[in-house]
Amino acid sequence: MTDATFVQLLDLACGAFLLTAVLVLWRRELAAIVWLFALQGIALTALIVVLGARQGDVELILIGLGVGALRAGLLPYLMRRALVAGGGGRETQPLVNVATSLLVAAVLAMLAYALSQPLVRLSPTPATQAVPVALTVLLIGFFLLVTRRRALSQLVGFLLMDNAITAAAFLTTSGVPLVVELGISLDVLLAVLVLQVLTTRMRAAFGGTDLDELRELHD
Amino acid sequence: MVTGALGTGLQVIAVALGSPLLVGVMRQVRARLEGRAGPGIGQPWRDLRKLLRKEPIAAHGTGWPFRAAPLLVAGTALVVAAVVPLVTTVSPLDGVADLFAVTALLALGSVALALGALDTGTAFGGMGASREMAVLALVEPTILVSVFALSIRVGSTSLGQIVTATVEDPLAVVSPASVLAAVALAIVTIAETGRIPVDNPATHLELTMIHEAMVLEYAGPDLALVEWASAMRLSIFLGLLSSLFFPVGIATAGAGVLAVLLSVLVLVGKVAILGVLLAAGEVFMAKLRLFRVPELLAGSFLLALLAVAASFFLA
Repeated sequence: MTDATFVQLLDLACGAFLLTAVLVLWRRELAAIVWLFALQGIALTALIVVLGARQGDVELILIGLGVGALRAGLLPYLMRRALVAGGGGRETQPLVNVATSLLVAAVLAMLAYALSQPLVRLSPTPATQAVPVALTVLLIGFFLLVTRRRALSQLVGFLLMDNAITAAAFLTTSGVPLVVELGISLDVLLAVLVLQVLTTRMRAAFGGTDLDELRELHD
Repeated sequence: MVTGALGTGLQVIAVALGSPLLVGVMRQVRARLEGRAGPGIGQPWRDLRKLLRKEPIAAHGTGWPFRAAPLLVAGTALVVAAVVPLVTTVSPLDGVADLFAVTALLALGSVALALGALDTGTAFGGMGASREMAVLALVEPTILVSVFALSIRVGSTSLGQIVTATVEDPLAVVSPASVLAAVALAIVTIAETGRIPVDNPATHLELTMIHEAMVLEYAGPDLALVEWASAMRLSIFLGLLSSLFFPVGIATAGAGVLAVLLSVLVLVGKVAILGVLLAAGEVFMAKLRLFRVPELLAGSFLLALLAVAASFFLA
């Protein structure tokens, strides 16, 4: 792989990674959000595989494929099952309306670029230069987690943060050890499973997954 | 230099004569897809001829902004048609009009029309003007920022040089910055030219119309000018979109007369294809609620901003 194609492929994967995060913020239908999250998993896989192919590291490519199977396959499948069981289709009334949150995302992107400049300056390779993208997705995921009301969109916010942390780890280091990546992935899987059970219980108890309704005591 | 002048002349003629035909093609495609026979692609020209023959008449109590608006809209559209690289990248006017000037000229036309609508003092005029300004406030920065993202790679804000650089290296379009900018520009093109899902050009329903509300008081030759100008703006936007992201066949510096003539044909083909795609897409889409439009435009602005960030930091 020549330098130019490597940079172009890496940048494309990072662009797709960022674009899916923005679209998650934009769309209201929960089904579309889950679908976009799966697309982001594919972009993350492409990112890791491109890095692995560049370094000629078979283990990294395999880790990438494993990450892809989890984040583009298993997690979206679990979330879709929770969605079908719930039947609730839309994110109604987020705390910050969608137009404002898109503009906030623009500010967050600028913040991420400003914050990651010292990091990029340490070793200005094409991979580290893409770290601001991962940081932007991290901040967008956190924003989603804070401002959305439905359990599923908060879960997607959490998973976006996790995707971003994984991407940043692979972009800054020359490869995360298999044990560490396995640990993180199992952690995420467990979190999703627990939240899925929690969502089902919440629906059985309250008839909805609007988390704001849990703040008050009911008798 | 001579071919540059020839190409510029040809592209002004092509935009001036071809844009009503483009509108006709789009209406015909729409009609066919909806199962109607359609009036034929020459209908916009026939409408314009009919309107031009009528007696010029102005609404009672209107002043000079109302009279000047159609001339300004049509004039700015013609100037922009001469400046942007559609047929040739070496327009003689390229040195004095870069991307900022082009955006400002387009905005001048929109603002003139909004002022003309306000001048009538009717409810519809004011409503249309305020809606148009709400859309414009997000559209103009998005156009500026997304084309600016493309200009960073080239190091110049001249549209001609941006297109020339893309002609020399067509694969540079496959970068995050270009892709994000392309999506942002496509959305603002739809918003600025008043197509579905932002505005419906075929309706006069007071709850939804934006552009039609502004031109409601115009009649006769003035209305013809406004309609012609909005058709020209549509073809300029579509042409600019195709030139910036798919500049195949455009005449660069040193091209011969034949290349310029061929470039006109290629331009007509590309714009026609984009127009057909736009019209076909409109059939399958419903108009957005007016309150959801700022959301769409804020999204396109964010994409444009990310395009600039990507072209600045990833390169």
